[in-house]
Amino acid sequence: MSTPVTSRSFGLHRASAVKAPGREAVRAKGWLLAHRFLLLRRLSQLAVFALFLLGPLAGVWIVKGNLSSSVTLGVLPLTDPFVLAQSLAARHAPEMAALTGMAIVIAFYALAGGRVFCSWVCPVNVVTDAASWLRRRLRITTGRAPRGALRYWLLGAVLAASAITGQTVWESVNPVSMTQRALIFGGTVAWGATAAVFLFDLLVAPRGWCGHLCPVGAAYALIGSRSLLRVSAAHSSRCNDCADCYAVCPEPQVIVIPLKGKDGAAPVITDRECTNCGRCIDVCGPDVFRFTHRFDTRRD
Amino acid sequence: MSLNRRELLQGAASATTAALIAGGATLAGRAVQARPAQALRPPGAIEEQRFLGACIRCGLCVRDCPPGNLKLSQWGDGLARDVAIGTPYFEARDIPCEMCEDIPCVKACPTGALDPALTDITQAKMGVAVLIDQENCLNFLGLRCDVCYRVCPVIDQAITLEKVSNPRSDRHAMLLPTVHAQACTGCGKCEKSCVLEQAAIKVLPMAIARGELGHHYRKGWEAGNQTGRPTFDQPVQNLPEQAVPGDIVPLRSGRDPYAAPASEAAK
Repeated sequence: MSTPVTSRSFGLHRASAVKAPGREAVRAKGWLLAHRFLLLRRLSQLAVFALFLLGPLAGVWIVKGNLSSSVTLGVLPLTDPFVLAQSLAARHAPEMAALTGMAIVIAFYALAGGRVFCSWVCPVNVVTDAASWLRRRLRITTGRAPRGALRYWLLGAVLAASAITGQTVWESVNPVSMTQRALIFGGTVAWGATAAVFLFDLLVAPRGWCGHLCPVGAAYALIGSRSLLRVSAAHSSRCNDCADCYAVCPEPQVIVIPLKGKDGAAPVITDRECTNCGRCIDVCGPDVFRFTHRFDTRRD
Repeated sequence: MSLNRRELLQGAASATTAALIAGGATLAGRAVQARPAQALRPPGAIEEQRFLGACIRCGLCVRDCPPGNLKLSQWGDGLARDVAIGTPYFEARDIPCEMCEDIPCVKACPTGALDPALTDITQAKMGVAVLIDQENCLNFLGLRCDVCYRVCPVIDQAITLEKVSNPRSDRHAMLLPTVHAQACTGCGKCEKSCVLEQAAIKVLPMAIARGELGHHYRKGWEAGNQTGRPTFDQPVQNLPEQAVPGDIVPLRSGRDPYAAPASEAAK
C-alpha cells in the first residue's frame, strides 16, 4: 500500500477554491484546445448511444443490445465484465457469446485503461460531471465522500451476495445499467436512479458515485490497472501550481505524486483509478500533461 | 504490507458499509422475485430463480423479436412494476408470442438465460393456458365461440373441443375448450383472442398452473401400465414369522381357528 496522500500536502486542498478551472488554459491555447478532450469524450459517449439508437429509431442495425451485452454488425459480441461476473458468481455457466464478449472487453480496457469506460463511454459520467460542475459553480462545499476503497469492498460484497443468493444482485439497483438501458430501451423508474446519483454527487458526496462507490468502475479500474495508455505529467517543470487540474480531475489524488515527482517518482500517472479522461491536459495552461504509454518516463 | 490501527478501522468501516449496501441491493431484488403471473418469460427461459442469476438484461432478445412483444421491464406502470427491472417479459393479452420457427430470441441470448437447447418452438413452455373462468366462457354458456381453439398454433393438440351434453337445454351440445398442458407452449394466442372483456382463458406460469401427481401413481388405463404387475417395487411385508398369542396369523394359515376342544373331538 502506498503512503496515503493527504490533501494538505502538495496543495490538493486548494482545488476546492478553484471556481472556474481552465480559464488560464483558454487564454493560452484558445477555447477549443482547452476543451479538446472534454468535447471528444462527449462525442464518444454520444456516438456510443447513437449507434445503439440507430436501430430502433432509424432502422439501421449496427449495434444491438445495450452496454450489458451487445452485438455489433451481427458478429462482434461485447459483454460488461462486472455484470457477467455477477452471473458467474451466481453459478450460472453462460454461453460462449457472453464469455467471448467479456474477453474482448477485458482485452481492450486492459490496454486502453479500464476506466476509459467510465470517462469515454458511461452515461453516468455526464451526470456526475454535471454535478461536479454545478458544485463548483454554486460553491457547494457540503458533504463528504466516503473512502475511495469502498468501491472495491462493494465490488467484493456484491459478488459475495450474488454467490449466496444466486442472482445478479447489483443489477436490481445499479444506476449505471439502469441509465444506459433507459437511454436505449426507455426507462421510467430508472431515471430516478440517475437523478439520485446526481443529487448524491451534488449534495452528499463530492465525486461520490464514480469516485468512491460505483463497483462497475472498480471492476474496470482493476481490469486496467496495468494499462498501456496513460497520462503523463511530462512537462512538470512548467507547472505553476494553479491547481486547475486538481479541481477538474475526478480522482485528483492520482495526479499529485507524478506531477510533483516526489522521491524520484515517474511522471506517468499509473494509478488504476485515473480515468484517462484527459481533462487535466485540457485545463492546463502551460501544457504539463499529455497522453503517452506507461513506460514513457521522460520528464522535463 | 503493514496495517496500522487507523487503516484497519477504516477498512472495517468500508467493509461494513459495502456489506450493508450489497445487503440492501439484495433486499431490493427480493421484492420482484414473485413475478406477476401474467408477465411471461420468452421461450426457453430457464426456471425463474436461475433466470434471475443468468439474465444480464441486455435486451438482445427484445431486439430480435419480430412481433415486438418482448419488453424489458422498466418498473413503470402495471405489470412491469413487479418484474425484475431490465428483464424481458411479455404480456399475452397485449401481444402474444408468434412462435417463430427459428426462435430468434433464444438465438440472440448471449448467456443462455434462454436455453439454446430449445430448437423446436412447439416444445416451448412459456406457461400453460388455463380456462380459468368457466362461468363466463361462451362455450361453457352453450355458445359456439371456439376462438381460442381456432387460433391455437397447436390446434387439436394443445386445445381440443370436448363435446358434452348441455344439461340446461337437455337437447344441445356444449363444446368445451380443453387445454392439454403437454402440448401447450404458453404462447398466449388464446388469451389474446378471447372475445370477452377479460379473457376467460389465461396463460399462467407452469408453477402456478400445474399440479403434480404423486410419483408412485400409475394410471392403469395407459398403455405402458397395462401389462400385469406395477413397475415400482412392492412394499415388503413386514409381519412376524411366528404366531404370537392373539395374533391373527393362524386365520390366514387355512387352519380352522375354532378347532373343537380335544375332549369333544374324542366323542
